[in-house]
Amino acid sequence: MSLAYLVPLFPLLGFLINGLFRNSLSKSMIGIIGSGVVLASFIISVILFFDVKNNGGAVTQYFNFINVDSFKIPFAFQIDALSSLFLLIITGVGFLIHVYSTSYMHEEPAGHFGRYFSYLNLFVFSMLLLVMGANYVIMFIGWEGVGLCSYLLIGFWFKNDNYNYAAKKAFVMNRIGDLGFLLAVFWILSKLGTANYADVFAQTAKLSATDITGITLLLFVGAMGKSAQIPLYTWLPDAMAGPTPVSALIHAATMVTAGIYMIARSHALYSLSDISQNVVAIVGLATALLAASIALYQNDIKKILAYSTVSQLGFMFLALGVGAYTTGVFHVMTHAFFKALLFLGAGSVIHAMSGEQDITKMGGLRKKLPVTYWTFLFGVLAISGFPFTSGFISKDEILLAVYSYNKVYFWIAAFTAVLTAIYMFRLLMLVFFGGFRGTQEQEHHLHESPPAMTIPLVILGILSLIGGFVQLPASFGGHDYLNEFLGSGMANVPAITNENAAAAIKEYYLLGGTVIGLIIIFAATKKFFAVDKFDSEYTGFKKVLANKWYVDELYDAVIVKPLNSIAGFLKNIFEKSGIDGIVNGVGRFVQYSSRQLRLIQSGQVGSYILFMVLSVVMLFWVFWNQEIIVQFLQKIF
Amino acid sequence: MISLLLILIPFLTGIVSFFLQDEKTAKSWALISSFFTLAIALIGVYTINQKNLLSFDAEWLPQLGSRFTIGLDGMGKMLCLLTAIALPVVFVSTYKNEYQKPGSYFGLMLWMQAGLMGVFLSMDCLLFYFFWELALIPAYFLCSKWGGEKRIAVTFKFFIYTFIGSLLMLVGILYVYFKTPDHSFALQSFYHAGLSVNEQYFAFWLFFIAFAIKMPVFPFHTWQPDTYEQAPTSVTMILSGVMVKMGIFALIRWLLPIFPDAVLKFNHFIILLCIIGILYASLIAIKQNNIKRLVAYSSIAHIGLMCAAVFTNQQVAIQGVMIQMFNHGINIIGLWIVADAIEKQFGTGKFSELGGLAQKAPGLAILLVVMALANIALPLTNAFPGEFLIFNGLFRYNVWMAAIAGISIILAAVYTLNMIQKIFYGNTVAVTENAHDSSMNIKLALVILVIIVIVLGVYPQPMIQLTGGSVHTVLAKINP
Amino acid sequence: MLIQYYIALASALFCIGVVGVLTRSNAIIVFMCIELMLNAVNLLLVAFSKMHFALAQTANAATTAGTDAQLFVFFIMVVAAAEVSVGLAIIVMMYRNVHSADINFLNRLKN
Repeated sequence: MSLAYLVPLFPLLGFLINGLFRNSLSKSMIGIIGSGVVLASFIISVILFFDVKNNGGAVTQYFNFINVDSFKIPFAFQIDALSSLFLLIITGVGFLIHVYSTSYMHEEPAGHFGRYFSYLNLFVFSMLLLVMGANYVIMFIGWEGVGLCSYLLIGFWFKNDNYNYAAKKAFVMNRIGDLGFLLAVFWILSKLGTANYADVFAQTAKLSATDITGITLLLFVGAMGKSAQIPLYTWLPDAMAGPTPVSALIHAATMVTAGIYMIARSHALYSLSDISQNVVAIVGLATALLAASIALYQNDIKKILAYSTVSQLGFMFLALGVGAYTTGVFHVMTHAFFKALLFLGAGSVIHAMSGEQDITKMGGLRKKLPVTYWTFLFGVLAISGFPFTSGFISKDEILLAVYSYNKVYFWIAAFTAVLTAIYMFRLLMLVFFGGFRGTQEQEHHLHESPPAMTIPLVILGILSLIGGFVQLPASFGGHDYLNEFLGSGMANVPAITNENAAAAIKEYYLLGGTVIGLIIIFAATKKFFAVDKFDSEYTGFKKVLANKWYVDELYDAVIVKPLNSIAGFLKNIFEKSGIDGIVNGVGRFVQYSSRQLRLIQSGQVGSYILFMVLSVVMLFWVFWNQEIIVQFLQKIF
Repeated sequence: MISLLLILIPFLTGIVSFFLQDEKTAKSWALISSFFTLAIALIGVYTINQKNLLSFDAEWLPQLGSRFTIGLDGMGKMLCLLTAIALPVVFVSTYKNEYQKPGSYFGLMLWMQAGLMGVFLSMDCLLFYFFWELALIPAYFLCSKWGGEKRIAVTFKFFIYTFIGSLLMLVGILYVYFKTPDHSFALQSFYHAGLSVNEQYFAFWLFFIAFAIKMPVFPFHTWQPDTYEQAPTSVTMILSGVMVKMGIFALIRWLLPIFPDAVLKFNHFIILLCIIGILYASLIAIKQNNIKRLVAYSSIAHIGLMCAAVFTNQQVAIQGVMIQMFNHGINIIGLWIVADAIEKQFGTGKFSELGGLAQKAPGLAILLVVMALANIALPLTNAFPGEFLIFNGLFRYNVWMAAIAGISIILAAVYTLNMIQKIFYGNTVAVTENAHDSSMNIKLALVILVIIVIVLGVYPQPMIQLTGGSVHTVLAKINP
Repeated sequence: MLIQYYIALASALFCIGVVGVLTRSNAIIVFMCIELMLNAVNLLLVAFSKMHFALAQTANAATTAGTDAQLFVFFIMVVAAAEVSVGLAIIVMMYRNVHSADINFLNRLKN
């Protein structure tokens, strides 16, 4: 446990070294430092993991972060089952992505190369802080940190204004979520005076039902932003503007899993509020379905993967919502494997295609990119739930938990799973099968990626296939190792594994899943043959899907534009003529009245004397009626 | 003794500075003086704890019951340190700017520092008023003599506006003075003036309006953007970095303890006003096309937040305000340095005429991004602990107000990122085609600030601790 | 004689003076009206002085009460004489400048 601080420290050092000396270090040096620090963190994470496995978790306090009057927020790390598992995912998958990046980004000039790796390291650092923090405030530090890093990386190619808008959108949408998170933290602090997990969960009895529901819902708002759920999901597909490995990092190892982590971490609170759980489940389900439907008609390879992430995140939230916290975490893990794989594979494809991302212009890459093809295939199989791949086991477990929670949810989720398979196979078919539809020049350049890119792909491919076996259901002779491990830290997990009821369904489901999978492959293949369709515009419902249900346009019309025009009104009219008008008006009134008063000073001696006489008469009158006037004045004031 | 030195050093060196003709000499003289003050301030803040060394008391106007009483308590330490840090940083960053009559320029700057120090140190209300004006008047001359094109009209407005506030406050001070049992201007006599509730309601507004104009909070803010735009940048830095803090500081030191009943009666209204102001200023900032005006409106939003937090009467919030005052000062000075560097180099601060600077001036870009992120209170930058505490206090006071004020967090991200994007990202345009990175002195000043930003962001506790005791004393008057 | 007669007369003279000053525009006449007001006051002073003296004398034959008012009258007359000399000089100067004794021409200070 005493090593815990080293885990985030290494990436921080990497960030500082690569950031400060980016112009003087050679590219290979930068790559070694950038990946090396994450590898070091990974090694320590492994040590910590086994430490936790053998000795249980612990909290280490370093110094007082904020210590005022009634509440104390220490800077402390908590290493337990949940966080150590996430540490492994973050640093492990993160390391592979770093290695991949050394090759993928090699054409960048040295300064930008260093900048890229420093951002990447900072990203990992923030995520580690988020996961390791022993209270909500430290988590919030990482929470905002990953938001910042995503901003920096999405806008990495800052010459392109569209990328900058995407980066800004990501940051702002995240901040909306952050506000919810922050308010939840304030709520906790104002009721309990502490934000330490251990203390908060020990004192849940002090919180009323309203408190718990309020806190959990606000926390979930934070998760919506970070993990791209309805209504704050639109930033994630746009975040594809960043370099492809960054997308892999955002989607697999860091950032979007933060919301899942946070809810899993707070499961002691969520379990106490049925309303919140239901909200989480419904939002997750709706997001899964919506994103899957959008993914059906996208043509940008990264966009499809992005929407699939949104959809898979929806699955995870569904799992959390129905109370299957460990299952949600399990899906995070398997998803990290196959989504990292898919993105890196997509990167490899884009690399080979000289930057082309439109899948309608690809095709038949199977032969030219064999390693990429095979690993990508594994990823597709995993995400579509091909039996005994990692994705199958975790998704199966989610569906099972949902089934025992609510049948309607189950069928919607199952339908979404089918959609997932459809769009993933569509992607696979269009990219790797058929004839090449790009330009001659692109075809000429097609080549398999260098080993620095393919080795991570292979590792991730293997993990995607077998990574699920840690949690293989008992009915297949497996054992819930992960549940066991996490269970020690998640005492409150409801018994979703009531095997008796579930076992029978499982068998059916597995068979059904395989059959459906086959049908889907068939359907997708058919679709792929209808290539000529790409020339014509989508119509009707397809058009709605292709345009992402017009959600971006809706937000633009309902929120962005009105806000802009209000701001414009305030700036140009209200501020200028309103408030400043009043202020200047006072000044102008003084000037005007003095100009008018000046006219009395006519220079006519006669008038002066007249005023003098009148004033004297007035004075006499005042003196004679002194008492009446005083009385009158007293009455007024 | 320390506190007397803090006032005397800038004041006396200021006098000397008026007689210096040569530009180099005047600059070095001012720089040396400000570093000397900084050293004294650091000693005062961190090493000395004996009260008699920190405070000073002498006969001043015995006929009126006013003594020259100054002292350095927790709140004072925080802001004196800010004042002491601000001046050297400002001098360093503007070292290459050229001035007519440099001797007078730096003399006035130093006098302004003396006035600011005095405001934060004085424990006597008449003395406080004296320094309040001493800080204002040099600012007026600096703006009207060395300012931009429209300086005369703008400075006139600034001066009249704040001066009206000052006069109202003077009336208020005299009003309370005549109510004090021992006819004294001393802080303790004012604290125990024993005003009736109705008297408090009346005098409260006299003080509050003065402070509200100074801060400024909505709707008394319109002097600010113009003044910031027209004043010479180093003056703007001091104005926005330090001088506006006088208003908030005065709220905590004078207003809250003297008028506890009035505070409890009006705080709801004032917080509401502040929150309207926060959103209002943030929205306007989004539409700004000029870096200086954007920073000005962002400052109004931040100050509004601090003002709202002061009136929550929460220890947490007010300690948050104290640390936030310091950090906001640091951050906004940093932003002004960048704004000045850009305007000096390209002759314009308009977003629509700039772009792509990150390619040409990466150093400046990184430093600006750090300052801008600190300005939006990203965790691990200095502004986070303060804003965290402020919102926390606001949340305890009223959940909905905290939630609505929290929208400003989002809006702040919008306008700050807008600024970064429009100036630094994108492709270069005509004016930025031949841009070069900023000079060493600007970078040096910014690096100093960035170090403060990071250090206080990671380990804010020593700064937070500083004010615990004195804030507690103040609040004991309100929530006995 | 009753004091009221004196007061009435003095008031009448004073009012004539005031009206004259207000309405006439010839500087000389305005000047004369001012003198008229002064003399109205003088008359009143003398009258009251005599009245006070008479009242006091019945109580104490050797009294000097009221005599100081007469002193004032002389004082005023001296001042008035000085004033006339300066005033007339001003009027003469004015006449030289504008060829008129109309006070409405004396508005040069206006702007």
